Amino acid sequence: MRFIFDTNTWQEIFGSIGKNRTRTIITVIGVLWGIFIYIALSGAAKGMDNGFEEVFENVAKNSMFVWAQNTSMPYEGFRTGRPIQLKLEDATSIKNRIPEIQYIAPRNVRGVFGDAPGTIVRGQKFGSYNVYGDFPVFTKITTKKIYDGGRFINDADIEQARKVCVIGERTEKELFEKGEMPIGKFIRIDNVFFQVVGVHKFSQGGGFDSDGDIFIPFSTYRKLYNSGNNVGWFSIAAYDDADVLKVEESVKTLLKSIHRVNPEDERAFGSFNLGEIFGRVSGFAKGLTFLSLVVGIATILAGVIGIGNILLISVKERTKEIGVRRALGATPREVRAQIILESVFLTVTAGIMGIILGAVVLTIINNATQDLDFPYSNPTVPIPYVIGALAIMVILGTLIGLIPAQRAVSIKPIDALREE
Amino acid sequence: MIEIKDLHKSYKMGSNTLHVLKGINFSVEDGELVAIMGSSGSGKSTLLNILGMLDVLDEGSYTLDGVPIKNMNETKAAQYRNKFLGFVFQSFNLINYKTAAENVSLPLYYQKVGRRERQEKALKYLEQVGLKEWAGHLPSELSGGQKQRVAIARAMAAEPKVLLADEPTGALDSKTSYEVMDLIQKINDAGNTILIVTHEPDIAKMCKRIVHLKDGVIIEDEKITQVRASQYVQ
Repeated sequence: MRFIFDTNTWQEIFGSIGKNRTRTIITVIGVLWGIFIYIALSGAAKGMDNGFEEVFENVAKNSMFVWAQNTSMPYEGFRTGRPIQLKLEDATSIKNRIPEIQYIAPRNVRGVFGDAPGTIVRGQKFGSYNVYGDFPVFTKITTKKIYDGGRFINDADIEQARKVCVIGERTEKELFEKGEMPIGKFIRIDNVFFQVVGVHKFSQGGGFDSDGDIFIPFSTYRKLYNSGNNVGWFSIAAYDDADVLKVEESVKTLLKSIHRVNPEDERAFGSFNLGEIFGRVSGFAKGLTFLSLVVGIATILAGVIGIGNILLISVKERTKEIGVRRALGATPREVRAQIILESVFLTVTAGIMGIILGAVVLTIINNATQDLDFPYSNPTVPIPYVIGALAIMVILGTLIGLIPAQRAVSIKPIDALREE
Repeated sequence: MIEIKDLHKSYKMGSNTLHVLKGINFSVEDGELVAIMGSSGSGKSTLLNILGMLDVLDEGSYTLDGVPIKNMNETKAAQYRNKFLGFVFQSFNLINYKTAAENVSLPLYYQKVGRRERQEKALKYLEQVGLKEWAGHLPSELSGGQKQRVAIARAMAAEPKVLLADEPTGALDSKTSYEVMDLIQKINDAGNTILIVTHEPDIAKMCKRIVHLKDGVIIEDEKITQVRASQYVQ
């Protein structure tokens, strides 16, 4: 150990490394590149993972949507192809019968599934926006950030079927003057006046949300569009510890029995499971992390082998010098230790430079993608991974250094001196 | 100081065996300056290598300063070389990316001498060979004679019991050769034991004893009156 901390040792090492500077630098670049690839790739993978997390953070990760379609099997005397209509009562049945369900929000919309969107008019300005009929519980499943001063639809709105609405950022921009406070103002939705109670900030949450969405109370929606007890689809959130796939199945089975659909009929109800999608996406990010690990280590290995190769050449070139050293009293151990230390020193220096370069590049990419609609944020490489990579390099550097070191020792001092 | 009895050494060259040293009996007293002479192939360099523990003997015995040299592993041999022997080579063998002072202090490094002391000693020995002002220069900036003097300083720095010189003047012109020999004589005058392998008679005459080797045996071993090299040096 004293050997490593001895300034003389380092003088010796710098002396011999510095002898062929260009070659040393080129060799170092090999390992530097490896660790750089490793850091940049795994940081980018982490950044993507974080980005996806951010995309999904507004949505309960164990949530799903269920909607009705047409039957594909005859049952109890009903014909094939019968359209099924979800009803408001279904929500109560589902909530009561399936205990894993935490929240269920019946929803309706105009403008998404082929029908005409609502026409919104304010003074001389007008536009077409999707209009949703919603319950307050909806925000428990999908977070809606409401601008200062505003609010989302509340229970009283539902009870009294108030003509209030929450508009989107884009709606605000397009219908109101710049700097104008929309809350308290009135807009016309399909010729009915609604008071704006809030503006929601758009955040990508999967599905068909947009920054122009207008939310009105479910009870007002059914009066406005005469939709009765019909429900477009259910947004459902299961408890955190529930298996969403199983809940999805039970919801569909229950709906089939309520709506007298063949239990075998797979087409009658559609569903979309965010938990599953999220799992897939985060699996992708994990795969990417793993890939970067493999690629990084392979590249580091290639670089380290390059160092070993160069040290072999350098030992060959220094045969005579090593012979002189041994004639002057260098023990085989000292000769071996010096070459291994050269190898480790080169590897670790290259590694540290690669880590710094990788961190710089990650920061640059992060800054460049900050304002883009790209799921990428806060790319980091965990410290244990970095230390692990350095440790691997020390180990590899030692192992690869053993080869030239052994070569150096195996040269007899007399043969080394004789070589001209 | 050196005691060699019935020394044999042979090399295998493919299927042939080359018997290089065929029973050498030889001893050197403290403070001697011995020239080993012989034509090429006479075994003089092999003898020096065995004396320098760079090569191992096949048969016979070798005692250096009362220590029997046999069954040495590389580590032990390295330590003995470091402690007992100083080497001077025909081609100087200075490490070309180290300055004169660093070259001189190298054996001290392997003796685990501290940095400051190493530097002091290196300067002291460089001063002895008259190259103190050249301490910071690289070997490539020195002339042949200067290089050999640095090499001698390096050999002396470890304060060895015996100085072994393999054709120390082989690569030098005669004027520089005499300067180097003058230096070697002065070191010998100070009481150091020195062995020189050479094939130049005028260099051999500057020693105190000449050993002639031919075909692996000593054919002549005579004490002579030393020719001082200083008379050729201005």
